[in-house]
Amino acid sequence: MLSKTIITLTVIAFLATAGVAMAGSARDYISIVGSSTVYPFATVVAEQFGKTTSFKTPKIESTGSGGGLKLFCAGVGVEHPDITNASRRIKKSEYDKCMANGVDGVIEVKIGYDGIVMANAKKTAPMKLTRKDIFLALAKDVPDPNGGEKLIPNPYKTWKDVNPALPANKIEVLGPPPTSGTRDAFVELAMEAGAKKFSWIKAMKKKDKKMYKAICHTVREDGAYVEAGENDNLIVQKLNANPKALGIFGFSFLDQNSDTIQGSLVDGVPPTFDAIADGSYPVSRPLFFYVKKAHVDVIPGMKAYLAEFTAEKAWGPDGYLADKGMIPMPDAERRKFATDVKGMQSLMLK
Amino acid sequence: MNNRRPPSTGTRSSRKAIDIVNAGLARRYRAEKRFRFYGMAAIAASLVFLSILFISIFGKGYPAFQQTYIQLDIFFDPDILARDALTTADYPGLVKQSLRRMFPDVEGRRDKRMLYKIASTGAAYQIRNLVLDDPDVIGKTIGIWVPADDDIDMFFKGHIPRDVPESERRIKDRQIAWIDHLIKEQRIEKHFNRILLTAGDSREPELAGIWGAVMGSFYTLLVTLLLSFPIGIAAAVYLEEFAPKNKWTDLIEVNINNLAAVPSIVFGLLGLAVFLNFFGLPRSAPLVGGLVLTLMTLPTIIIASRASLQSVPPSIREAALGIGASQMQMVAHHVLPLAMPGILTGTIIGMARALGESAPLLMIGMVAFIVDIPGGFTDPSTVLPVQIFLWADSPERAFVERTSAATMVLLAFLIVMNAAAVYLRKRFERRW
Repeated sequence: MLSKTIITLTVIAFLATAGVAMAGSARDYISIVGSSTVYPFATVVAEQFGKTTSFKTPKIESTGSGGGLKLFCAGVGVEHPDITNASRRIKKSEYDKCMANGVDGVIEVKIGYDGIVMANAKKTAPMKLTRKDIFLALAKDVPDPNGGEKLIPNPYKTWKDVNPALPANKIEVLGPPPTSGTRDAFVELAMEAGAKKFSWIKAMKKKDKKMYKAICHTVREDGAYVEAGENDNLIVQKLNANPKALGIFGFSFLDQNSDTIQGSLVDGVPPTFDAIADGSYPVSRPLFFYVKKAHVDVIPGMKAYLAEFTAEKAWGPDGYLADKGMIPMPDAERRKFATDVKGMQSLMLK
Repeated sequence: MNNRRPPSTGTRSSRKAIDIVNAGLARRYRAEKRFRFYGMAAIAASLVFLSILFISIFGKGYPAFQQTYIQLDIFFDPDILARDALTTADYPGLVKQSLRRMFPDVEGRRDKRMLYKIASTGAAYQIRNLVLDDPDVIGKTIGIWVPADDDIDMFFKGHIPRDVPESERRIKDRQIAWIDHLIKEQRIEKHFNRILLTAGDSREPELAGIWGAVMGSFYTLLVTLLLSFPIGIAAAVYLEEFAPKNKWTDLIEVNINNLAAVPSIVFGLLGLAVFLNFFGLPRSAPLVGGLVLTLMTLPTIIIASRASLQSVPPSIREAALGIGASQMQMVAHHVLPLAMPGILTGTIIGMARALGESAPLLMIGMVAFIVDIPGGFTDPSTVLPVQIFLWADSPERAFVERTSAATMVLLAFLIVMNAAAVYLRKRFERRW
């Protein structure tokens, strides 16, 4: 008796939900995927958009840049996302995959910059690093300090060993794991640039690209670099507990916690809003989003969302994205991308 | 078999059995004491860890149940409100106007921007709703409590110290002067944070709430319950009462036990491949989340139900059959009702596990920023543990306490569910 009614109810409920699922296949909200670095900025825009227009608030998934582009390039149709955020430019291979799957109109929108900072607790003095110091302190294999074009496993234990001008603190850096876009950018912008200071490593780029990448991009695994997970708040907390350690994370976390942590100077430039905006702080990267042109007229609110994102009140120097820690582009660049978006200019990658 | 006996009996009277016992007695007592001590130490250690967890979560989380509000005298200016349609009027302008009137000596673009930031951007929406509900307020001046910006909230709660240099804190000296002025006029107060419990997600901490995630969890768990409970019971009853004992049923049993130990992310991958890619169900929907969690909880429910069916004594079955009941009547009228408390306990524990799960939902797109509160099984939604994860990763400091507050709500749900399981067991379980 009892189980009979339960079974009947279940069947009815399941059929009802399945029916709803079929009816709901025409999507009336924008679906966005992509980078966890762009996520805090895109969500602000989406929320503003949802509250000030009659359209539904877009749904934003934080999948990482690579994961987002994979979903984005899977095809055209309501089951695929309309926009993907990325903390790096789309790769040629990804672009080709898009083309192969029929996603041929892709609009590239650069939205601003994000600085990657190395910070420590306020209790100690700020570090004055160069990118060469960063490379020598964190690479798995470094050039032999006794000279010669030879690599040895990283022998440095303290910052003073790396550079006599630095304090004699143990090298201890908390940073993101290899799956993180922040890590990719840090390795490329700080470590690779530091490695290039050695002319023979720089020369290797032409001769043996694989070897060159391995030298520049491999982080040491002997405990000096601690993979602290993707959660930047956790790194900030750990820095306060351990004043001698340095942490690697995005500028917005430094901005929000400037009363307890301070950014290290890199090549003599402190990671401030202005220094990142004018490009003098070396470890900064552009942020993008990519729009599927075929969806612009299908999904309601796409044009309005693009207009909201590219409005001065959002991405301008006084806009609400700057309040959240995004570094705006220079005026000319903003104008260029805003007109590109208006004209629905497709991206061409050769 | 060893025929040698200890030399205690007979010939020499020096060592009797009682002497041997006495000699070892102190050592055995000591061992006994040590053993008890180890047990107590294990319990004490787990209690310490549990209380550290609770104290840190509660200590961080309880301030989030209060939010700083500012009282603004809003003049519902007929010029602004009549000019446009009421839905799109310049409500932020009304807030700015009232702030300017409260601090008339603030000049310059920069300072004014700083002043406007005291009140949350949510204030404008609050006023809009007020006007839309009751257009009669137009033309009047009313004192309204609006949420303060998250930085002001953090400062008012004492999380931002006054004594660090101005350049290093997010609250500037001028803003502190304004807050002190507001305190003097009793226009800034902490109220119960209703927004936290009734709103959807937001990127402004003072406007962010968990209701959207709670509803998402509700729809997801409803699907899970509706599917896994009947399927789980049907499978358990068949395997326990009807299935022949052969190598096929053994194989099925081994597989069910194995599935219960499979990491939950694997079910997410399965859900992505089957429900999204093959059946084409929508991403981020509670329907799909529920289906995935059903797969995850089914083994738990089947195992618990089978154990519970096994504990019903065979005499009940034999008596039912003896007076002429069919197999099905025997199961439906006698065995299943008697096993029900155990089955329900297993189901509730399975549900509690499903409520706390986030890894499998990552794969099917439920780790997402969703502002609108889901109203059905296919609306995009997220669930409580995912909301906690997303807040924990947000840079704004006010999200730290909200993360802990959301954890407290999740813990409360889990405690209620587990308490229900304990109650059912105590109330209805029969011992034989």
